[in-house]
Amino acid sequence: MQLQISHTTHYRYDQPVDYSLQKVRLRPKASELQDIIDWSLIIENGKLETSYTDHYGNHTDLISIEKGAQDLTITASGTVHTSDTSGILGKIYGRAPLWHFLQPTPLTTPGERIKSLARIVSNGENALNDLHTLSAAILKTAPYQIGQTQADTNAEEALQIGSGVCQDHANIFASAARQAGFPARYVSGYLMMNDRVDQDASHAWAEVHLDDLGWVGFDISNGIAPDEKYVRIATGRDAHDAAPISGMRMGSSDESMIVSLQVQQ
Amino acid sequence: MQSPQGVRPPYTEYDEWFSDQDAARLSKKSKEAEAFFRRTGITFNVYGASDAEERLIPFDLVPRIVSNKEWTKLSKGIDQRVRAVNAFLHDIYNRQEILRAGIIPTELIAKNDAFLPQMMDFVPPGDVYTHIVGTDIVRTGEDDFFVLEDNARTPSGVSYMLENRETMLQMFPELFSKIKVQRVSDYPKHLRRSLASCAPQGCSGRPCVAVLTPGIHNSAYYEHSFLADQMGVELVEGHDLRVVDGHIAMRTTRGYKTIDVLYRRVDDEYLDPLTFNPNSMLGVPGIMDVYRAGNITIANAPGTGVADDKAIYSYMPDIVEFYTGERAILKNVETHRCSEPQTLKYVLDNLADLVVKEVHGSGGYGMLVGPAASKKELSDFAEKLKVRPANYIAQPTLSLSTVPIFTKKGLAPRHVDLRPFALVSPNGVEITPGGLTRVALKAGSLVVNSSQGGGTKDTWVLED
Repeated sequence: MQLQISHTTHYRYDQPVDYSLQKVRLRPKASELQDIIDWSLIIENGKLETSYTDHYGNHTDLISIEKGAQDLTITASGTVHTSDTSGILGKIYGRAPLWHFLQPTPLTTPGERIKSLARIVSNGENALNDLHTLSAAILKTAPYQIGQTQADTNAEEALQIGSGVCQDHANIFASAARQAGFPARYVSGYLMMNDRVDQDASHAWAEVHLDDLGWVGFDISNGIAPDEKYVRIATGRDAHDAAPISGMRMGSSDESMIVSLQVQQ
Repeated sequence: MQSPQGVRPPYTEYDEWFSDQDAARLSKKSKEAEAFFRRTGITFNVYGASDAEERLIPFDLVPRIVSNKEWTKLSKGIDQRVRAVNAFLHDIYNRQEILRAGIIPTELIAKNDAFLPQMMDFVPPGDVYTHIVGTDIVRTGEDDFFVLEDNARTPSGVSYMLENRETMLQMFPELFSKIKVQRVSDYPKHLRRSLASCAPQGCSGRPCVAVLTPGIHNSAYYEHSFLADQMGVELVEGHDLRVVDGHIAMRTTRGYKTIDVLYRRVDDEYLDPLTFNPNSMLGVPGIMDVYRAGNITIANAPGTGVADDKAIYSYMPDIVEFYTGERAILKNVETHRCSEPQTLKYVLDNLADLVVKEVHGSGGYGMLVGPAASKKELSDFAEKLKVRPANYIAQPTLSLSTVPIFTKKGLAPRHVDLRPFALVSPNGVEITPGGLTRVALKAGSLVVNSSQGGGTKDTWVLED
């Protein structure tokens, strides 16, 4: 499937900003699941300082704001050709070893609630089915709801709150899968929802490593396996590692952010 | 200085000179030395002390003397060990052959807080990880050297090596014409040259080196400013730096100037709030991004701590053999890993005879010296051990060598260790002939850390 994506993040500041940096992971990586036909990153009132590939193989750009600006706009857009493999990425590995994806992070350190959920998953032949059951159980325990959790809400807290967004679901799933002994990672990216062109936000899901299949994707929020409507952008151990944009700025100005995302065929 | 056969050979000439000296004059010199240190401002803060006062590290005017032959063996051993540490760091952040080979348990790296995932799949400029190493060494017998710690993060103390020598030269110039001692004063020049030779590939012209300090409240601030001054480079703090044109640049009176090599004395966690601890005010936002893009050298590289914690230490002989194909020249102290249940039992049963250290600790904080501990201290420590066994290792108490110090009652033996400083660059390993000798000033004490009442003395390596 050929997907056209345009993703604009617009920052506004109530005072001129002297210095600010954004670490940006907004360039999809080519894989068995997707070919990048064309892609570009356009920055207004800012500058691309440097680019590199991070330790998870994510394309990363460092952007600074123009001195004195009160706006910064970053637009990632392009065309990606995707295929449906029933969510299976397979045995494709970067330099980060599998054991690394078994280690907790501050956002995915399991507490009692996650440990209890993780008991759904046995380590036997039914692992794949069990992981689907886990995915469904997470959505039941913490149904999709915007505004109840924050960017820094950790997996255990989200379960306690009892609702969350895709970021929370993916963090919880990764944490529980690790607890059950499976290497797991967080994926940020895009999803084309059929009924609309303008999408609410960029999406997040998770991948688990199974010895026989390699990496397998789970979209917990939608209860399905990622297919040709999904574009993978960045991966990591949690939402922080794979965040599309994370930034810092000097000074006391207030920041507001508007995101517009269009994914269409 | 003495052995059963009399004065040990390296001390012969010094002993001749010393016996001609008048005790009153030496006492006066000792006071002069103290005044000299106060004037130059070499002091340190003791962490955890409620008054956080600045203290002077006591200086002893009797030098510790090492023969050229002893030094040759010692420096070969350090060279080998430092090369192994660098090869280990390269491997652990890339292919991890040593884990695949089963030499080190994966758990030890996976659960190690000093292992920085952000360093994976990356090779620093010149393939150098530990630009500066300060290996802690003790001698237990005529030809027996043990490594206590590898100190691959940001070893401090080199300013004492330099200032102690400077003081000795001023107080006893006649000694240095009588006895041929190898120079240490070239260290800052060599440090600068060594750092510059690790500049990123894209750097054209003379590399710009700078020293990054956490600021005046850091216990080693004196050393940071001293080294910057001696090297003739800028001393900077995090807020002096920002990302300019994809590089890290410092504010100067003529605008921003690109830094090619940053000798940072800020710990990993605080180095970059955009990548590590977001609350850090000491670091440079974006420096890890610039680093991974290949536009700056950070010395020492982030994540080197994974090579010098005390749990990895116990595997150092295997690490040396794995990467150099040679047997380790310097010995390792037998180390009991309390994480293993059988071992924990042994350690608890023999606590009074052992030295117990925190795996990630440094500076003599949080350690137990069994033979010197009271019954209550022993039982309190045993409780801590039972709660977090994996946090501790235990070692036998070594019979450390002693050297003489000058006291009111004449010369008296005290235990010492030695921290020589090695510089690593693509051109090889360079070890300054000398180092920081730390001495336990209390009779019989084995703890030499300055934070625990230790002192220092000049270290002489003879020319032949």
